[in-house]
Amino acid sequence: MSENLRITNNKFIDQTTRISFKFDGKTLYGFKGDTLASALLANNIHLVGRSFKYHRPRGIMACGTEEPNAIVQVGKDSSMTEPNTRATEIELYEGLEASSQNCWPSVNFDIGAVNNFFSPLIPAAFYYKTFMWPANFWKLYEYFIRKSAGLGKSPTEPDKDIYDNRYLHCDVLVVGGGVSGIMAAKIAAKNNLNTLLIDDKNTLGGTTLFQQNECFKINNSYSNEWIKNEIKTLYSLKNLTIKTRTSLAAYHNYNYLLARENLTDHLDLKERKNKIRQRLWKIRAKKVIIATGAMERPLVFNNNDRPGIILSSSIKKYIDYYGVKCGQKISLFTNNDSAYETAISLNNSGVVVNSVVDIRDKTNSLIVEQAEKLGIKIHWKSTVVNTNGYKKINSIEIMKLSDDGTSVVEKKIKEECDCLGISGGWTPRVHLFTQSGGKLKYREEDNVFLPEKSELDQISIGSCNGDFELNEVIKNSVYSTNKFLNVNNKDYENLEVTSSKEIDKKNIWLLPSDKPFKKTKSFLDFQNDSTANDVKLALREGFKSIEHVKRYTTTGMATDQGKLSNMHALGIVAETAGVKMGELGTTTFRPPYTPLTFGAIVGRNVGEFFDITRNTPIHEWHVEKKAEFENVGQWKRAWYYPINNENMHEAVQRESKAARDSAGILDASTLGKIDIQGTDASEFLNRVYTNAWSKLEIGKCRYGLMLNEDGMVYDDGVTTRLSENHYLMTTTTGGAANVLSKLEDYLQTEWPELDVYLTSVTDHYGTVSICGPNSKKILSKIIPDLDLSDKEFPHMSFKNAFINDIKCRVMRISFTGEHSYEINIQSSYAKSVWEKCFAAGKEFNITPYGTETMHLLRAEKGFIIAGQDTDGTMTPIDLQMDWIISKKKYDFIGKRSLYRSDTVREDRKQLVGLLTDDPNEILEEGAQIVSETNKQPIEMLGHVTSSYFSPNLNKSIALAVVKNGKKLKGQKMFVPMKNKTINVTITDTVFLDKENKRLNA
Amino acid sequence: MFLINCPYCGERDQSEFTAGGEAHIVRPKQPTELSDDQWAEFLFMRKNIKGVQFERWNHAHGCRKWFNIVRDTSNDKIHAIYKMGDKPPIK
Repeated sequence: MSENLRITNNKFIDQTTRISFKFDGKTLYGFKGDTLASALLANNIHLVGRSFKYHRPRGIMACGTEEPNAIVQVGKDSSMTEPNTRATEIELYEGLEASSQNCWPSVNFDIGAVNNFFSPLIPAAFYYKTFMWPANFWKLYEYFIRKSAGLGKSPTEPDKDIYDNRYLHCDVLVVGGGVSGIMAAKIAAKNNLNTLLIDDKNTLGGTTLFQQNECFKINNSYSNEWIKNEIKTLYSLKNLTIKTRTSLAAYHNYNYLLARENLTDHLDLKERKNKIRQRLWKIRAKKVIIATGAMERPLVFNNNDRPGIILSSSIKKYIDYYGVKCGQKISLFTNNDSAYETAISLNNSGVVVNSVVDIRDKTNSLIVEQAEKLGIKIHWKSTVVNTNGYKKINSIEIMKLSDDGTSVVEKKIKEECDCLGISGGWTPRVHLFTQSGGKLKYREEDNVFLPEKSELDQISIGSCNGDFELNEVIKNSVYSTNKFLNVNNKDYENLEVTSSKEIDKKNIWLLPSDKPFKKTKSFLDFQNDSTANDVKLALREGFKSIEHVKRYTTTGMATDQGKLSNMHALGIVAETAGVKMGELGTTTFRPPYTPLTFGAIVGRNVGEFFDITRNTPIHEWHVEKKAEFENVGQWKRAWYYPINNENMHEAVQRESKAARDSAGILDASTLGKIDIQGTDASEFLNRVYTNAWSKLEIGKCRYGLMLNEDGMVYDDGVTTRLSENHYLMTTTTGGAANVLSKLEDYLQTEWPELDVYLTSVTDHYGTVSICGPNSKKILSKIIPDLDLSDKEFPHMSFKNAFINDIKCRVMRISFTGEHSYEINIQSSYAKSVWEKCFAAGKEFNITPYGTETMHLLRAEKGFIIAGQDTDGTMTPIDLQMDWIISKKKYDFIGKRSLYRSDTVREDRKQLVGLLTDDPNEILEEGAQIVSETNKQPIEMLGHVTSSYFSPNLNKSIALAVVKNGKKLKGQKMFVPMKNKTINVTITDTVFLDKENKRLNA
Repeated sequence: MFLINCPYCGERDQSEFTAGGEAHIVRPKQPTELSDDQWAEFLFMRKNIKGVQFERWNHAHGCRKWFNIVRDTSNDKIHAIYKMGDKPPIK
């Protein structure tokens, strides 16, 4: 460590605890309390990265969230690494490994730097303009651009850290723990308001914490001493929760805010184990006080981006807080008073201050006088016209400004330095205010945008509200907070505040140079490498809106979201276009204020907790039998049951054959079940289904089709009349929740006069379906006292029954076309009933089958699956299901739409069967259907919706939708695939047992 | 994420609710007597206002009741909430 860059009388950094870390592979040392940035500066490392476009060397420029250059890759394990982290926000810990980004092969020797010499050839929007042509070359360009641009590397392995989300409700949220935030939090908490104070730093106090200057005193003590006592008081308040290392990410409507708390990033690696890394707080605050302060602006002048050029206030923090000298011979360049605070701090710590270059004519505020008294040289009415030094600044060139400030005059002075502090004034951090929908106003005297109007219960106080003088910050913050909270706190009455008041203000957005403007490089956006030249070019090319200029030049679009560049870009645009800043407006500040990790966003909802999974009551049995599962909505359904290394096709063929030859058993528990009761239940069903329900006898079942109001098929299922006013409706597995919602909607809003009650009972009953010619024999073994004769228990009817004293409902319905029963029983008994059926069916080789076999069996019979053979554009007529539309009913949902001009068109896509000429050729679902092959382009007539190889018919079968398909029966069609064309014939949709003989077999 | 004062349950987070489109579109009592154009008017035509809009909302993850909201779509301010069947309290 270069010891001579540390000062020893420092109160904030624990200089007894040395910490080792690695940067770009080199082992370095810092102290506990350092950030990566302060530790690097203490090691005299300024160069930390290369710029995005020109690969110019870039150094640490700030000390907080606004840092544009020092973005690094953290973590030695490339599978777990984190890109784009700001070195100024990384608290140093033992074992930290970080490296520069956007440079190859190394930050010291970067091949991309040749771009700098070609920079006249890479103007604004160079990429847009150049790589547009020829269009199909983009793939090639993209590879090289991505390789040379690359802002860091993504990790390749799942994140092993633990993240968390939590909700928090409070009366008052105070964002920012600087002087105004601290006062506001104290006022709120002392008045019995449940208060939360958050700050993104590891300690409260803001910049006042290290402000030890004669010009800023409160009650006769230095402001840093005063604030230390205030912080101590805060921690003793009962109603106050304080969260440091917590950064507000987003401020949404209705005072809903997201804040990320960093819990372990500052700890040594070995102390982090099993601890939550970050927590995202979802905060609902009754009132919000924004006290986020202001950030210093850079100045825009020729070559203002060299390593060693640092914001003046950051130099002050590095020396006063971290005890780190950013250089040994520092020059300062300013348009306002704050650089003098830095000059005095540096001088007090024994650092040589070459001079202060001030663009103002002359000013004599308290702080300037103090600096002059200390003998600090000031170049009044001057500007820096150039800087020198490639990897680190080594000198600046100073010239006098002309009276109007547009050019430079007199002799050029060269001043050697190893660091240049710049200050272009202050920008209130209004990001959160605007995120919440607040409107800004422009204050011309010091060129700032300030909060004006908000719809929410919130205020901004302190410097984010445009108060830059300590006495005004205190007075106004206390007054506004009391008024906002409707309290009368007297803690801060009669405070005696000394404050140096800035008297003269002057601003030049783009400082002149002795070189012609086109030959200068005055950077606006340091991260995205856009210059004043680029913005002016955009304006010359006709861009007027600031939002367009931003996108065209990419100014303000980097990971720092233009925190440092926005104001100057606006200023230069306004000036060049000859409009007023206030009229130009600003670009939109979008959340998050600083980048959030994906981990913090998803919290615990990862892996198996990402989404709910629903298992049937028989699930364990399927798992034991090594079934493969299929996701159907949130359900896990048994897909097929492979035995002896069978693949899916083999298993499905075996299952399908067994179900038709003897007996099959299916877990149908996932089907949606809605219990419908009430005196108007029959009338209700009449209105929601296309067919008639009034005459359905008690104990009988009926298949129903449900439409949307637009006439398109929505869902289907069998509904059973359990008693006079009691029905059990089944829906598709995926449609259950939506069907219930839709029915409730109609009941509540359109037909509130109907006496009908709906209850979802999907999870309450398990459903065991047994089918096949032997299903009757199996059922009679389980329920011997039930008369299963066709006369007593015909197809489409239901019986109450008991299995070992447990009540169950048995429906004789069929989705396979086989003789088939569904046993509905309380979920907790479903598995034992299943096992009973399985045991009873053993002698008949009962075969468990999954959803794939179920789909195959129903396709053999031409039964549709809503959602597979329909897609929201199929009417029942399109499905050739005209028989299910009641001609007698006056109305039902969707009826009127069935004879709109569009729905009666003859050339609509209609459901048909397809047979391949080669019976062994299986079509691909989704494959397109055409009528000829030697024309291009060729009209697509339809597509395949379901396709299987039927073991029972020993041939391939498919369902499809084809334009005018009803009339095309027997016609030859073609299904063009990638390497061949398959010949098919349009057929009827029913492939097996057209006479339905098997139902009663 | 706004807060909605459900007329049955009280103030709850927006994530508990689902929006159901424009309010006060009554399903015609005699659809069969309507022309294609009249039916299409009911079926498809919806306003999409920047400003104050009358909407249906459902407390889907709560009491599952439908009700109406008068909301300014430009800033999500809710001006009124009233039950199904009630007259809008403001115009």
